[in-house]
Amino acid sequence: MAKHKTPLLDQLETGPWPSFVSDLKQEAIKRAKNEKGLELQIPVDVVEDLLGVLELSYKHGRTHWKHGGIVGVFGYGGGVIGRYNDQPTMFPGVAHFHTVRVAQPGGKFYSTEYLRQLCNLWDLRGSGITNMHGSTGDIILIGTTTPQLEEIFFEMSHNMNQDLGGSGSNLRTPADCIGQARCEFACYDTQDLCYNLTMEYQDELHRPAFPYKFKFKFDGCPNCCVASIARADMSFIGGWKDDIRIDAEAVKAYVGGEIKPNGGAHAGRDWGKFDIQKEVIGLCPTGCMKYENNKLTINNRECTRCMHCINAMPRALRIGKETGLSILVGAKAPILDGAQMGSLLVPFVEVNPDDDYQAIKKVVESVWDWWMEDGKNRERLGELIKRQGFQKMLEATGIKPVPQHVKEPRSNPYIFWKEEEVEGGWERDIDAFRKDHLR
Amino acid sequence: MEQAEAQEKIVEALKLKLKTKSKFYFNDLSGILDMKPREAKKYINKMVEDGILEYWSSGSTSMYGLPGTGKQAGAENED
Ligand code: HEM
Ligand code: HEM
Ligand code: SF4
Ligand code: SF4
Repeated sequence: MAKHKTPLLDQLETGPWPSFVSDLKQEAIKRAKNEKGLELQIPVDVVEDLLGVLELSYKHGRTHWKHGGIVGVFGYGGGVIGRYNDQPTMFPGVAHFHTVRVAQPGGKFYSTEYLRQLCNLWDLRGSGITNMHGSTGDIILIGTTTPQLEEIFFEMSHNMNQDLGGSGSNLRTPADCIGQARCEFACYDTQDLCYNLTMEYQDELHRPAFPYKFKFKFDGCPNCCVASIARADMSFIGGWKDDIRIDAEAVKAYVGGEIKPNGGAHAGRDWGKFDIQKEVIGLCPTGCMKYENNKLTINNRECTRCMHCINAMPRALRIGKETGLSILVGAKAPILDGAQMGSLLVPFVEVNPDDDYQAIKKVVESVWDWWMEDGKNRERLGELIKRQGFQKMLEATGIKPVPQHVKEPRSNPYIFWKEEEVEGGWERDIDAFRKDHLR
Repeated sequence: MEQAEAQEKIVEALKLKLKTKSKFYFNDLSGILDMKPREAKKYINKMVEDGILEYWSSGSTSMYGLPGTGKQAGAENED
């Protein structure tokens, strides 16, 4: 009944996990039946042919997709990734098989109505195959033909209040955690900042002029639910300056077993009685907590805001009141030089929606100016930082070096002063010097 | 620089290279214009809008070219 025989793919279905092959077969049947009687705008057997070409790729151990091509709808340099098959006669359903990137809502808050609209559109004008969500965090609609692109974009922008996301050498679809909408740990309104920067940098998002891709991600606290520290060229991570707020009564209740630690997580088995010494104090990475005479104290100067103690006892410990965010730069996935985590560029910056986040935008634009000018083609920000040095970035962005920029003492203790930074420059009176210092 | 002058420089330079290359990075273009990237972008955006240049993308990297040039345009019947 299937259009193509797929013994190699069938084998993938025999494993213990749910298989994408089963999902695709299910979608192929659904399209063939077309119970809603849609006037399908792309070949009915697109999914059948996708399975067919995938089987062939497994057989050959080679891809049958050509690389690149059409990039978007009119005026956009991204948001659509052109894909063409190199066996269009054998698999006409996937001769064109373009991907559409769609900007996901902030914090991924959906209404079922919206999801239905999106799926209906994609059943009609695309393959029906979605990826919720891609690695960058956006909605990925997989597989349509060139004539459908403008139609899809029209429908989204006119009837769904929906924009495309980023692809290619531009600002990629920014992504944020749910933040203050639901989370008590959030040190700033991630959704507001994410939305604000998305709107401010529309040109960067839709018209590629960067050396390569650039990602923003927003985490309300160092728990990093969207993993900004590992995945974004520029991560915005919430934090606080003052002290962790301690509710002494609640601490006692945790110790006494009246409140379950970690909000009741790890409930699958009995881990024994909560041991504050072992599970909180002993795990504080900077050793800055003490529990003596039934009293918890924190030496906040040494706290690195790792979130561990707050996660363990959320009803007893709360983030400080003087909140803001840290900006880290340069995280990226492997390809060149291996994966890299973000490096701290701005330890603390105020988050001020009232002045339209000027302090943050200043940092963003100074980093872009440097990277756009000095970055090589296809060089991520993290690679440029490595190639030219963190110090060069500080110079280019006009950010003063601070102790937090030092990763650890002693590994690179030599700082080279420039003549203009030294009082009196390099000039000296050699005779005066020789009076006290013999050759 | 006037838009027309910028356009002439770009088209001329890209045509010269057509024998060997049909796709160009953004900073090849800002190099031709001898401008800082952010400044060059205004002119280049306009050229795309006017159909003088067109985008090409691998999905991860974007490039620019004169419309309908390069072997891929013909191969996909997209020119
Ligand atoms: C108040 C006096 C001094 C101060 C403030 C001082 C400070 C320093 C500092 C900050 C370093 C770099 C440490 C590091 O690598 O992290 C250093 C390295 C060094 N100092 Fe001193 N120093 C002093 C006196 C001396 C004296 C009197 C000597 C030798 C007779 C000396 C020999 C060295 C040597 C050999 C190193 C290099 C160590 C290495 O490469 O690991 N220092 N000093
Ligand atoms: C035959 C004798 C010596 C040899 C072959 C020698 C060789 C070296 C070498 C290869 C280094 C490493 C250079 C680098 O990291 O690029 C070094 C560093 C050093 N040597 Fe010697 N050395 C000798 C004698 C001495 C003496 C007598 C002193 C002190 C009185 C001395 C003080 C130092 C210091 C302070 C450093 C560290 C410099 C830095 O970290 O930049 N050396 N030496
Ligand atoms: S990153 Fe922090 S603020 Fe955001 S959802 Fe996770 S725990 Fe909450
Ligand atoms: S947040 Fe982390 S570093 Fe700070 S006191 Fe708690 S456990 Fe220690």
